[in-house]
Amino acid sequence: MSALPYLAAGWMLLVGVHGLVTSRNAVHAVGCLTVVQSGTYVLLLAVGYRRGGTAPYFTDIPAGTPVVDPVAQALTLTDVVVGAALTALLLALVLQTAKRHGTTDPDALTGLRG
Amino acid sequence: MTVSPAASLAASELLPLAVACPLTGAALLAVLGRRLPRSGTDALATAWAAGQLGLVWWLAAATGGAGRTVTWVGGWTPVEGRSVGIVLVADGLGLGLAVLVALLVLAALGYAWRYFEEPERARGHGGGFPALLLLFEAGTTGFALTGDLFNAFVFFELMGVAGYALTGYRVEEPRPLQGALAFAVTGSLAGYLALVGVGLLYARTGELAFAGIARELAGQPADALVTTAAALLCCAMLVKAAAVPFHFWLPDAHAEAPTPVCLLLSGVMVELGLYGLLRVYLTVFSGPGGVPHEVMRGTLIAVGTVTALTGALLCWQQRHLKRLLAFSTVGHMGLFLCGAGILDAEATAGTALYVAGHAGVKGALFCLAGVLLDRHASVDEHGLWGRARDMPLVGVLFAVGGCALAGLPPFGTGLGKSVVEHAAHEDPWLVALFVLVPAVTAGAVLRAAARVFGGAGTKPRERHSGAETTGAGEEPEVSGPRREVPRPMLVVPAVLLAGALAVGLVPALWRYVAAGSVVFQDPAGYGAAVTGVPGGGGTGTAPLPEVAWSLPGVLFGLLSTALAAGCAAGALWGPALRGRLARTARAGADALDRTVVLAVRRQHSGHVGDYVAWLLAGLAALTAVFALWG
Repeated sequence: MSALPYLAAGWMLLVGVHGLVTSRNAVHAVGCLTVVQSGTYVLLLAVGYRRGGTAPYFTDIPAGTPVVDPVAQALTLTDVVVGAALTALLLALVLQTAKRHGTTDPDALTGLRG
Repeated sequence: MTVSPAASLAASELLPLAVACPLTGAALLAVLGRRLPRSGTDALATAWAAGQLGLVWWLAAATGGAGRTVTWVGGWTPVEGRSVGIVLVADGLGLGLAVLVALLVLAALGYAWRYFEEPERARGHGGGFPALLLLFEAGTTGFALTGDLFNAFVFFELMGVAGYALTGYRVEEPRPLQGALAFAVTGSLAGYLALVGVGLLYARTGELAFAGIARELAGQPADALVTTAAALLCCAMLVKAAAVPFHFWLPDAHAEAPTPVCLLLSGVMVELGLYGLLRVYLTVFSGPGGVPHEVMRGTLIAVGTVTALTGALLCWQQRHLKRLLAFSTVGHMGLFLCGAGILDAEATAGTALYVAGHAGVKGALFCLAGVLLDRHASVDEHGLWGRARDMPLVGVLFAVGGCALAGLPPFGTGLGKSVVEHAAHEDPWLVALFVLVPAVTAGAVLRAAARVFGGAGTKPRERHSGAETTGAGEEPEVSGPRREVPRPMLVVPAVLLAGALAVGLVPALWRYVAAGSVVFQDPAGYGAAVTGVPGGGGTGTAPLPEVAWSLPGVLFGLLSTALAAGCAAGALWGPALRGRLARTARAGADALDRTVVLAVRRQHSGHVGDYVAWLLAGLAALTAVFALWG
């Protein structure tokens, strides 16, 4: 198992977080959060990967065929669902923010301080 | 309490209903809410929440404080200790939290009975609010009862998503949206960090159940991977628990969320973060292959102390009443972290009672702030000076809530505080923290009560200076010029205060919590109960901690209350005092304000990017502590 997928997952996490910290646009920030989340997909799939394994779909393969870990795939799928719900909600909030404040720049949203 | 085998079998079979019931209710309300009239929706939601309360109450009684109810969902029971199934594990404290959640959801629904007037009906979203509340209830209950790390993540996100939506529920207002956005971004980032931790642990152990991971980890010394996973999971839970420096989202969200939602967010959601942290630490990382006991203890007490002091300091500075209460929650969370950080059964029991009492008191105070918002369209302590003199009953309840927040005996807050103080014999300085922090936060509440309801002291300045949120010009959450305060808005806070009083007066509850804490602090017994493979330890071995009022506890409670009253009086009449001593004190306070306080307040910039940067700094510190000290 090569280290590349793990490095890629770590890189995606870091890049996404960097984008979140420096973002000047809330839509962009939500996108960055999605990048962070994609990092978790890559990590989970890498954890469940098995060299030479096929899809864990047992109806048309002979018993004993090596397959990749179905649990990790189930986790990823659940993660995708969670992510879809979150991204939709966040974008809805950003949309309303744009309507009420006329801006999506976090630097201009200063209603809450101290 | 002895539990019959039949009841325990039934409890095991009915346990998944505790999560399924509110989920079904949410779906039903979302569909039927568009057709039913408003009163029908409210009645259905309230009946459903009452049914859920009955269910979890029965589960708690059938399990008993010292018992555990284990359910492998779908019958995927372990074979030789291994299973790929999902497990729910209910013990005394988990079910206790589920009961607390159910009680608060019922209170929030009761308070909201006449609260939001019809606007959502016009938009075709009738039933949306109670549906979201039940969704939140499902997430929190599931989080309290799960025995599976990945499911803990899913429930973490479920209660998070419902919480974000509820915070930004009034989408016509600009400020709630901002609070919800900060809350949602930090909360979901924390969730993904937790998921990375889960992935790493699964890669190492091939297990997802807490007990299974612990068994696999025990075979080898902790290495960088396990330490990183522990730091990631702890960080995520601390974000939910609003520990400094992960707390920035909390005041923004809690101050701007609709009042019935604040009840839930401050009352149980942050406390669930702490519960999750302890649960994961004790069942997964407390063994030989995890994080050593003294490292965790030191970390929690250090973080707790900083959190408590920061919360108290900023609570004192607020003039936005809901923000003041939100920072008071931060301060109390710090105390809970310290109490839980002692990591023994007695301190855990004290913390649990403190949490229960605090939930009642803080809920009541938020409800009363909601009454002010309803009548005066403002929660600004300065702008409301003397304007609520016509509501003496609300004022009295607010003041009683303030005293209860300080830990006045016989409120449950005072009992929890007293038990933790007794358990802190190894760190006696914690007692000072447990007297001081409630005194300062309650002092701020009493100061606000005296100003708003009594017009006490001199009229404060109304202008708005630099780094603060005033709380003036908030939109009232009830539309329409109705001059009577709706009855539920007064009954609910009174009932919540009575509940906080009951926590301090019902010995059966103390025994339940004491037994539950012993079970909670017994990872070996947990592993044996879940996997069916007997291990060391057991519930019968540890002695029950003594949970009752003690003379020092009562005296410290009274001292806190007296200090709170003193703080409030000093703030109200101090500026008018003459003499050298008073002048020196004022000059000292001003200097402190300019140097320390302003610097801390400036960090609360309302900017999501800043909050994320603080979160990362905290995560880095946590990882370093676990890696270097372990």
